[in-house]
Amino acid sequence: MAVTVDARGLSCPQPVILTLDEIKKGSDNEIIILVDTDTSKENVTRAAESQGCRINEVTSEGEGYRIAMTKG
Amino acid sequence: MQGKNIFATRWGIIVVGAIIGILAPLLQKLGNPGNMGICVACFERDIAGAIGMHRAAVVQYMRPEIIGFVLGSMIAAYLFKEYRPRVGSAPIVRFVLGAFAMIGALVFLGCPWRAVLRLAGGDGNAILGLLGLTFGIWIGTLFLKKGYNLGRTQTTHATVGWMLPLIMLGFFILMLIYPQAEGQGQSGVLSYSLKGPGAMHAPLFLSLIVGLGIGFLAQRSRFCTMGAIRDTVLFGQTHLLGGFIALVVVAFVTNLVLGQFNAGFAGQPVAHTMHFWNFAGMTLAGLAFALAGGCPGRQLFLSGEGDGDAAVFVMGMIVGAAFAHNFGLASSPKGVGPHGIAAVVVGLIVCLFIGFTMRRKGV
Repeated sequence: MAVTVDARGLSCPQPVILTLDEIKKGSDNEIIILVDTDTSKENVTRAAESQGCRINEVTSEGEGYRIAMTKG
Repeated sequence: MQGKNIFATRWGIIVVGAIIGILAPLLQKLGNPGNMGICVACFERDIAGAIGMHRAAVVQYMRPEIIGFVLGSMIAAYLFKEYRPRVGSAPIVRFVLGAFAMIGALVFLGCPWRAVLRLAGGDGNAILGLLGLTFGIWIGTLFLKKGYNLGRTQTTHATVGWMLPLIMLGFFILMLIYPQAEGQGQSGVLSYSLKGPGAMHAPLFLSLIVGLGIGFLAQRSRFCTMGAIRDTVLFGQTHLLGGFIALVVVAFVTNLVLGQFNAGFAGQPVAHTMHFWNFAGMTLAGLAFALAGGCPGRQLFLSGEGDGDAAVFVMGMIVGAAFAHNFGLASSPKGVGPHGIAAVVVGLIVCLFIGFTMRRKGV
């Protein structure tokens, strides 16, 4: 079961902080991050990849994006 | 628009930093003040003067670069379907942060953009400013680690995001209705400096075109001077730093080529040599930018893509500039203003109060 982090509506660098927190502490290997801007989408995927995560899928959802990743 | 945003790659941001590094010294060559080809804080301060919010006669000019930054970003955001009207994340706090960011920047005499352009022009005082900026941002990262945040935005009407771009468009129209007249300090409702930095400017349309171009590129690349330092300190991520360093290096080379490089501390253009207050002014600015989530340029670009809270920060900066000159807070080449030191202390206390009290609670 994947854990979902809702980072929509948050300013830089909150989405990245929440993502990295989840990567560090989370017990789930599958993480889903919700963001609402393209900047956050780029920042979150860049940060996750730097932590060795694999980005499985980025899909448009509502006003933003749903980023599905697997911990490395 | 789907697909990869090439400007958001490592080379993308480096190229954008390099382009700004060429254009800013060129604007200086074309008439902008020394080591001030682009300075977001100084130019917003000049705008505050042009509309009479302060009466410092030497810094009054409606800077088309700022207008271009906002409108260029908006054009890019619409073209690439990234325009997202949003608002409601602690706007009044952002206003206050904007005001104190401006006050801190005017104690140093420049925003982060100008700090690197001053360095690239040989002004050693910029080193103190950049160290202060980094220190202020570092304090900001401590708050971020402790859960500091401004809360969530809400999606809103497209009109909300149009407000700052429309204000900028209005400013530009005022410039066309009341153009600068030779030897006249006033043209209709607008003030124009007759001497000092406000009297030095590149031709209007060139300034506007460069502003539009940089606004466009910066929106695509997310160029942010504060973010460059913050991400390095906070995450060890050097993506934005690449653009920042490219700006310094290319501006340095461009200054050499144009004969604008002049190394030293004393007698630098629009600068003073009070090292501690150069440091402390930028500490205040850096902390305020970090708490607000973007450098002054980034706040303009965000405003162009629909972020109404960033627009409030911009208005805070313009009002802060008015306070800075009306209250004697801004520095001059002679040194800090009569109440500049008090303003830095008050500003730091306000920023610390905001940082300590706005913690994450189920955001």
